[in-house]
Amino acid sequence: MGAEDQLDPNSGKSRSELSALILKGDDAVSVWSERVSVVTISLTPATLSGSTFTGLRCKECGQLYDAGPRHVCEDVCFGPLEVVYDYELIRSRVSRATIEAGPVSIWRYRDFLPVATDPIDVGTGFTPLLKADRLARALGLTSLYIKNDGVNMPTLSFKDRVVSVALSRARELGFTTVSCASTGNLANSTAAIAAHAGLDCCVFIPSDLESGKILGTLVYNPTLMAVKGNYDQVNRLCSEVANTYGWGFVNINLRPYYSEGSKTLGYEVIEQLGWQLPDHIIAPLASGSLFTKICKGFQEFVQVGLVEEKPVRFSGAQAEGCSPIAQAFEEGRDFIKPVKPHTIAKSIAIGNPADGPYAIDIARRTGGSIAAVSDAEIVEGIKLLAESEGVFTETAGGTTIAVLKKLVQQGRIDPSETTVAFITGNGLKTTEAIASSIGAPFTIEPQLASFTEAWERAQAHHAVSSPAH
Amino acid sequence: MAVQVLIPTPLQKYTADQATVSLEATSVAELIDVLEATFPGIRQRLCDENGKLRRFLNFYVNSEDIRFLENETTALQAGDEVSIVPAVAGG
Repeated sequence: MGAEDQLDPNSGKSRSELSALILKGDDAVSVWSERVSVVTISLTPATLSGSTFTGLRCKECGQLYDAGPRHVCEDVCFGPLEVVYDYELIRSRVSRATIEAGPVSIWRYRDFLPVATDPIDVGTGFTPLLKADRLARALGLTSLYIKNDGVNMPTLSFKDRVVSVALSRARELGFTTVSCASTGNLANSTAAIAAHAGLDCCVFIPSDLESGKILGTLVYNPTLMAVKGNYDQVNRLCSEVANTYGWGFVNINLRPYYSEGSKTLGYEVIEQLGWQLPDHIIAPLASGSLFTKICKGFQEFVQVGLVEEKPVRFSGAQAEGCSPIAQAFEEGRDFIKPVKPHTIAKSIAIGNPADGPYAIDIARRTGGSIAAVSDAEIVEGIKLLAESEGVFTETAGGTTIAVLKKLVQQGRIDPSETTVAFITGNGLKTTEAIASSIGAPFTIEPQLASFTEAWERAQAHHAVSSPAH
Repeated sequence: MAVQVLIPTPLQKYTADQATVSLEATSVAELIDVLEATFPGIRQRLCDENGKLRRFLNFYVNSEDIRFLENETTALQAGDEVSIVPAVAGG
């Protein structure tokens, strides 16, 4: 279902019929000019005076497409499509002051996002950038920040950013049913924001996900398909469904719009650092899309003059049980060998990462690293972040903190660099991962003697388990 | 019996809008040859200028990515199902 197929509410004619009328003789134009001007605006968002995007372009071969529901270069090479913007128009329209006066959500960066009409604003974005001094000391760094999307709205992961953009665009393109293939967080977000927007929703997940992620989808009452297979198999099924059902799949036919939402993480970090770029960032790698879009966000703010250019190193984190990008990086390859995932970090368990080659390119070009850690190190990473900074993240965040620790130990992050670690999800969704590795409560009687006895035990236990304190 | 090949939407213009075609081939490489002979022009969409399968296309034999099998030399048998699916992102 594309813009061409929608009927103009005034004339009852489709866009293609009206285009034909425009191309007829002078009489037809004069008869239709008034309506046509209305129709052109309502059905061709790319030419709207209000929008800053002009179409889609293949990232591989440069082929141009209009801004419809498509994600790959169908006419030439099947490379991924990216949104094209008029940066001169953006530059003429935005300043630090206009952004600071905008809503406290990703929509303060609306001119950088591919949405032509009023977006779905559920308060997504502008999450805390936490100065992490205690974690920095524990790791041997001096200037470390945590970008905490574990408290993003409405579903506590960075996916709310991409879904807010994708569903806003889906509505403009005329979709009434939205869908996704998900490792959990994306399903939560798609179901929640579809509920808010009144869109029908059918989402697909691997059947072995954590119960918190299944419950956190079902509560919004979408249709939930739990597929007996891994994420890559779910995605393949969804590609076939997308071909035949005419739904808006946020990560398939809406992917060029969806992925742009991740750029806002980059914008926010610049703004929250006082309109400066950091020296080094570290983020988890699943498909590699988030990583490449943080980079794009930084580049765009430089391009339109909002921030002074300086080199930023990009490092990526994977779980050893699903590390096709880290393996390719270590071996010096520029292509990905798909793997079959086996890790507790299910939210980033994508064995065939579509943007992996781009993530490798960015890490190499900027002097960053891509590394992987074991499931045990991931659990330690979750606990380290919680104990040192009061931030409870899910397994993807544990992966990021564990890889950060590893890269510091290997001398691949300079202690004096201003480093930002992106925490992309909330720990309450993956409690299974750490349930057996954290402490238990002291169950006591409601009497002072019982407390005193337990307190002595607690102090002895604390001295043994945390000698550094 | 032949192998069934699932054709993605963007390539169905080569197959007279058929989403599934039935062809005789004993390997993935031979299947590409047979596809080209049956639907002229489709090879340049499946393969890059060096003749390698395009990196943003995934080929599956009975739901298994051929990169876990023998890539282009993966053997095919009567009744096998081959799907051609463009790569997608997500998470």
